[in-house]
Amino acid sequence: MNKADALGFALAAVARLITGAQGHWKGVPPKAEQRIYFANHQSHLDWVLIWATLPADLRARTRPIAAADYWTATPLRHWITREVFRAVYVERERKEGGPDPLAPLEDALEHGDSLVIFPEGTRSGKGLPQEFRSGLFHLARKFPQVQLIPAWIDNVQRVMPKGEVIPVPILCTVTFGAPCDLGADESKADFLARARAAVVALKPGGGA
Amino acid sequence: MKFLQSLSAQQHVGLLFLILFGGLMLVTAATVLVALREHRPADDPAAAKFASDLRATWIGALVFWLAWVSGAAGATLLFAVFSFLALREFVTLMQTRRADHRSLMLAFFVVLPVQYLLAGSRSFDLFTVFIPVYVFLAIPVLSALGGDPLRFLERNAKIQWGVMVCVFGLSHAPALLLLDFPTMHDRGPFLVFFLVIVTVSAQIIEELASRRLRQRPVARMIDRRFGLRAWLVACLGAAVVGGLLSWITPFKLPQAMVMAVIAGAAGTLGEFVMSALKKDAGVHYWGNTGQVTGAVGLLDRVAPLCFAAPVFFHSVRWYFQLKP
Repeated sequence: MNKADALGFALAAVARLITGAQGHWKGVPPKAEQRIYFANHQSHLDWVLIWATLPADLRARTRPIAAADYWTATPLRHWITREVFRAVYVERERKEGGPDPLAPLEDALEHGDSLVIFPEGTRSGKGLPQEFRSGLFHLARKFPQVQLIPAWIDNVQRVMPKGEVIPVPILCTVTFGAPCDLGADESKADFLARARAAVVALKPGGGA
Repeated sequence: MKFLQSLSAQQHVGLLFLILFGGLMLVTAATVLVALREHRPADDPAAAKFASDLRATWIGALVFWLAWVSGAAGATLLFAVFSFLALREFVTLMQTRRADHRSLMLAFFVVLPVQYLLAGSRSFDLFTVFIPVYVFLAIPVLSALGGDPLRFLERNAKIQWGVMVCVFGLSHAPALLLLDFPTMHDRGPFLVFFLVIVTVSAQIIEELASRRLRQRPVARMIDRRFGLRAWLVACLGAAVVGGLLSWITPFKLPQAMVMAVIAGAAGTLGEFVMSALKKDAGVHYWGNTGQVTGAVGLLDRVAPLCFAAPVFFHSVRWYFQLKP
């Protein structure tokens, strides 16, 4: 076991101790198929929580998206995201005439990796998620064979509210729903609204 | 009794674990045999509940044995971990707000370790007042500094209550372990064992009695099962169990029986209070089998102990005039 694996193991253990990191696989079993998980985004811990919830063999093939400007800024951040989480780096700002911001994601999907996406882009303070960005739609159209799994992360905003650095132990759950695949001639707006509704429907206690 | 009392502490330990694990093995073997003979439907809820209870008892017994092997420090650490997990479950179901973050941090990362350090270092004078006096002030101060007046009393009361039950209450179990009787040295672990067995027996007897006896529930809205007669039977049962176990304690037979009644009564009443609390929070089990959180329901199992341990500790210390 090298340093990165050991750190990953320790991080998952800490996440379990603090949040319980319980996964409820309601719509699909946790299988090693190629998938895009998309979830609500409330806290910095969201990714770590989903990652700790996944069984170890899925964990090795599931990668997060990281903002390149922030997560490669210092050697430590870069090392953690690259070696431990194997993050896919994207540029936050799309430059005129620059490369397609989705290109690194498509690369990862072509290599057979699974991705975790937070389609809201930024963290929504509380309550229901904001409108989804269109990246999910483009990926769905380009990779119809990859399952799109909605997920709801519950309670995590209480563990570490915005502006706090030390997490407080509170149990969290991640609920995974049934695949939400793109319809044959579904429009972008329809699909994104449906995907968002699929995530909200997983909220414990009825959603809406 | 004479023979049992003549054995050394070491031999008592061996005998206790022989009885404990022997009994568990018999029950497990019987369950396996019954399962082989009858072909019950696989999703029988009663059988599933019994199986999960049996598994929990096995785990409990093994943990208890580990605590024994690792000595006083190990046992203190073990109960500190229990406290942490129980408080985590408790806080999950309470509606705390953002401004409570600092108070919760205080509860988890300062109050809990300090309380167990006090227990471990046998500073029992400070140990018994630390949470009811000092933390009682510190939590609302931190919360007020958070600057959110909405439902201020309610939020602080919940946190203080959670700390009282999960940290203060449970920390009395390892404190018992370290209590020093002038007449009998190294007998603390037996007191913890006595307390646990008596509380658990009272709970089981109450459960069985409430099924058999026709009785009127005292508080229908809170717990349909809880009635005066079953409770009295449970207290009597605790007295009998306590009397049977008196040889491992520093108590004489009548003392052991009275202590057992106190612990059993406090434990069953504590469980009753917890079911009121669960109704309030809108859940059936603390840990749950699906919806809100995802824990194992540890609080459900330790709640009677949380209430029985402080009462038991105080009565023992007061009656025997023990100075730490």
